[in-house]
Amino acid sequence: MNVHEYQAKAIFARFGIPIPPGNVAETVDEAKTIAEEIGLPVMVKAQVHIGGRGKAGGVKFCPDIASVETHAANILGMRISNQQNPKGQIVQKILVTEAKDIASEAYLGITIDRKTQRPVILASSEGGVEIEEVAKTHPEKIFKHTVDPRYGLQAYEARQIMFNLYDDAKIVNKAAGILLKLYQAFTSSDASLAEINPLITTPDKEVWAIDAKVNIDDNGLYRHADIAEMRDTDLEEPAETLARSKGLSYVKLDGNVGCIVNGAGLAMATMDLIKHFGAEPANFLDIGGSSNPEKVTTAMQIILDDPNVKAILFNIFGGITRCDDVANGIVTALKNMDVHVPVVVRLTGTNEDLAKEILAEANLPMFTTMNEVVQHAIELANAN
Amino acid sequence: MSIFVNQDTKLIVQGITGRDGSFHTKGMLEYGTTIVAGVTPGKAGQEVEGVPVYNTVADAVAAHPEANASIIYVPPPFAADAIMEAADAGLKLIVCITEGVPAVDMLKVAPFVKEKGARLIGPNCPGVISPGKAKVGIMPGQIHAEGNVGLVSRSGTLTYQVVHELTAAGMGQTTCVGIGGDPIIGTKFIDCLEGFQNDPETEAIVMIGEIGGTDEEDAAEYIKEHVTKPVVSFIAGQTAPPGKRMGHAGAIISGGKGTAADKIKALNAAGVPVAKTPSEIPDLLKKAMNN
Repeated sequence: MNVHEYQAKAIFARFGIPIPPGNVAETVDEAKTIAEEIGLPVMVKAQVHIGGRGKAGGVKFCPDIASVETHAANILGMRISNQQNPKGQIVQKILVTEAKDIASEAYLGITIDRKTQRPVILASSEGGVEIEEVAKTHPEKIFKHTVDPRYGLQAYEARQIMFNLYDDAKIVNKAAGILLKLYQAFTSSDASLAEINPLITTPDKEVWAIDAKVNIDDNGLYRHADIAEMRDTDLEEPAETLARSKGLSYVKLDGNVGCIVNGAGLAMATMDLIKHFGAEPANFLDIGGSSNPEKVTTAMQIILDDPNVKAILFNIFGGITRCDDVANGIVTALKNMDVHVPVVVRLTGTNEDLAKEILAEANLPMFTTMNEVVQHAIELANAN
Repeated sequence: MSIFVNQDTKLIVQGITGRDGSFHTKGMLEYGTTIVAGVTPGKAGQEVEGVPVYNTVADAVAAHPEANASIIYVPPPFAADAIMEAADAGLKLIVCITEGVPAVDMLKVAPFVKEKGARLIGPNCPGVISPGKAKVGIMPGQIHAEGNVGLVSRSGTLTYQVVHELTAAGMGQTTCVGIGGDPIIGTKFIDCLEGFQNDPETEAIVMIGEIGGTDEEDAAEYIKEHVTKPVVSFIAGQTAPPGKRMGHAGAIISGGKGTAADKIKALNAAGVPVAKTPSEIPDLLKKAMNN
């Protein structure tokens, strides 16, 4: 799960990481009030889950109240996109925060290294730009340190890392303290990424986290009710929000062949097969291991609500999932819902024969191979 | 022969009294797996499908010293603890089926299991089956057949799909290992490739990967250096968008890393043919075996 910068800063502040004063606004008037409270100059920063906000004009320095008004008005409602997310997101919230004098900018990040199965700290004196960019242009300026998770990050390790970034021992100590707190925040919050970029020093040698990014491991959310509440559903596809609330895993895509599959790997393979036969999948949807008929109905509703969908394809490999249960779910859904696109079904495995009978009564042909059902779904989608 | 599980596997089921635990205990017994004990804290003295239940893994092992493996069906908040309990009790193979274990918990579990000299498979996996010998997992046993193909996969139902196609093509399996879809897992592709390479009965290997991480790339390097048996692969997620978790916690393309294209390239460079569709796998395998 992604959280906004202001939320990430709230998490970091709980662990004692120095964050300049600020608050979040949804209107220009709110922004002006906050700016007056904390004192000028301020930064006005778009709150979206998209990298490169600054380049897109979503982060502005405001020396006076008039510029707060102008920039807040411009940024609220702005659509911010990047290469990875061309559709982008519309800015609904802005963070108004004290503007600091900057003497230097560093990068500090913690993530999990899948290879060593340990937390890894990345630190660089090249802050303020994306770390992927630094990795390309100045790989020698990135310091990497893996932490033994049994003992956690030790103070001497934090100092060692920071002596790579700073000469002044006073700053090293402050920055090392921040890194220790960031490690605490990372493990205590079930983060998959905790990042300060940039970590700045001021001319009078203060150290501040002036940007913050946190991704939370969804599997750990159950023990962080406060963080779970931070989810900004306004930025999600409504269908993705609904799917999650019903225990389905759904990702919207741009094609016209909708697919409902059991299991994540098979769901991805089904999408790939649609592409292989020359069409585009409309979604990723995993109904999971159980074949509870309500899940089938919800899945159908989510797909039917996507106006791009011209055909729906079921691909179910019955193991624990019983094919007859899924067949019953499909027949019920077809009876009770306004299904305006053709539905094609492939069920194979446990209770396949029973499923075939159930579908035959509803005049639905049943396919047994993936290739057949995908090709048939594409034909119907193209004809529709 | 086979890897990890066989007719000598003596299994303990952790979470045996739960809905999933009791259901799959029945399935594993029906397949012929030897289950010596079950564990659910507070339920000692009960029986599930005739299997005696104990409060702790240590109690179960004390009463059944022949036990050498465990399978875990406990809910996510307790799964890491259950893995450590099994390792501490001296069991050398631990299969964790549970989906949704926090990665931070696994950071602690991974070194603990290694210190105890145990092998963890999963979490978030369908388990391991050596057809005709033992099933330690949740996979439908009837789609498998005894034979000479070793299979390793990060997926569940996609694995069943491929096994189904292999069996239909007359290609049985020595062992099928589902290593799990999480970012931190106990057993990786390389461990299974090593096992299959050293298993005299395994003549060819199928490796099913997916987007996220670089384990497939590492496996490709390993194959180049150490594997002389033919390997055929399939990688799921060629159409997956970046930055989105595709069901499995580990199936995400982030920072431009973990794409299907990179993995296919690495495998091809190691001389491993990568099937374009799951149904191509049996033919590619036959070709690779005849070369």
